[in-house]
Amino acid sequence: MGSKTPLYDKHVEAGARIVDFGGWDMPLNYGSQKEEHHAVRQKAGMFDVSHMTIVDLTGERVRDFLRYLVANDVAKLQDPGKALYTSMLNENGGVIDDLIIYFMSESWFRLVVNAATREKDLAWIRQQAEPFEVSVSERAELAMIAVQGPEARELAAPCIDADHRDDAMALKPFFGMEAGDMFVARTGYTGEDGWEMVMPAAQAPSTWDRLLAAGVAPCGLAARDTLRLEAAMNLYGSDMDETVSPLEAGLGWTVAWEPADREFIGREPLEAKRADTNRMRFVGLLLEDKGVLRNHQRVVVDGVGDGEITSGGFSPTIGRSIALARVPAGDYDRAQVEVRGKLLGVRIVKTPFVRNGEVRIDV
Amino acid sequence: MSELPGDLLYTKEHEWLRREDDGTVSIGVTDHAQSALGDLVYVELPEIGQDVEEGGDMAVVESVKAASDVYAPIAGTVAAVNEELADTPETINSDPYGEGWIVKLQPSGDIDEGALMTPDAYQELLDEEEA
Repeated sequence: MGSKTPLYDKHVEAGARIVDFGGWDMPLNYGSQKEEHHAVRQKAGMFDVSHMTIVDLTGERVRDFLRYLVANDVAKLQDPGKALYTSMLNENGGVIDDLIIYFMSESWFRLVVNAATREKDLAWIRQQAEPFEVSVSERAELAMIAVQGPEARELAAPCIDADHRDDAMALKPFFGMEAGDMFVARTGYTGEDGWEMVMPAAQAPSTWDRLLAAGVAPCGLAARDTLRLEAAMNLYGSDMDETVSPLEAGLGWTVAWEPADREFIGREPLEAKRADTNRMRFVGLLLEDKGVLRNHQRVVVDGVGDGEITSGGFSPTIGRSIALARVPAGDYDRAQVEVRGKLLGVRIVKTPFVRNGEVRIDV
Repeated sequence: MSELPGDLLYTKEHEWLRREDDGTVSIGVTDHAQSALGDLVYVELPEIGQDVEEGGDMAVVESVKAASDVYAPIAGTVAAVNEELADTPETINSDPYGEGWIVKLQPSGDIDEGALMTPDAYQELLDEEEA
């Protein structure tokens, strides 16, 4: 048996199929994962993401510390509540994890890191934090519910303390705020509008029930994966890991090169990778034949070389199979993927595949 | 869990067989299998006339989640395939023992029923897997 979130009983009550995810007993799906997927694209769905690791960093030099710790630059965070997506690199420029950083105050930044990488992340952050005299505290007592979809905020608003409701509704994308006992952020992992709501564990089951009663569909990890794939949002451990640079995982946009004199962990090897015009590309694929693309399938580019699918699956919104893949450098817009010994045709497409309920590629 | 149809034989790979009046054997996956796979999105069918060995790959069913082989529970020749599944693979989810059939085989010899499972034996297997 794995760890259980404060919402575990709610999942069982709702008939969830429970699976192990990074040591946690989590809901994979409650019924049809396709219906859960469509609920998020068309109305509203909720995910228990309490297994994710919330880490509060406090201290006088916390901003300096984060400017050194991660590849994106927290100097961009000037307005309170503003969030930043970034990768955290090792000394070789490989990705230890991807995370979101919230700017709470000049002496308090909040990180949300992946569940499966919790221990190594905490060890790494604590080790690096020492010379900066930054205190690192995991907030395991907090639960988190992601409410996502075009109607998510409206349906979830009654769960927010009345004094803070209007301000919460007025949050701009990628901003968060404290709302009484809760922390609410307009962020997510689905490509839809919505909130991620952080709250004391004891408050999670009643919040879940209120959302359920408001018509928000419980959604499992399976739908979360197809939603994030359509939105072309990376999954740690599939699309990138410690052996891959962010530049070969489609995360180049999260690396802040300027100012050039900012020293961050992994910068030097990353500069070398940046200058390497032969580095692998990270692209979106649309399967033109029938079938389903899967992780680790070989991508064959005629006359160029081989690549690999890092996240493949079926897109419920498009009705076709899509994938994210690491492929050789070169100028081409078609390739083939080896599926059970056969080569199927794929087109290279600009991601995201889907955003805010709309298909964004030519099908 | 719904009741198992009593007129079928089953395999430990969670497939079912039905002897048809014309001497062919219809094959599909069980309700337990479709439920474990989740929403089906693609079915790869064999060619009509293709010979299959007992235990050999015969078809592939793919759900949003994963791909899964369908093995031939008996040796035979493919007599028919359920073409409808090309456009509506989800029929396997909604009607696994009926419209969701996958392949009809013309058996190449006598069917060894001892190698297959009765509904009761299959139910026991499911109960064991649940435990």
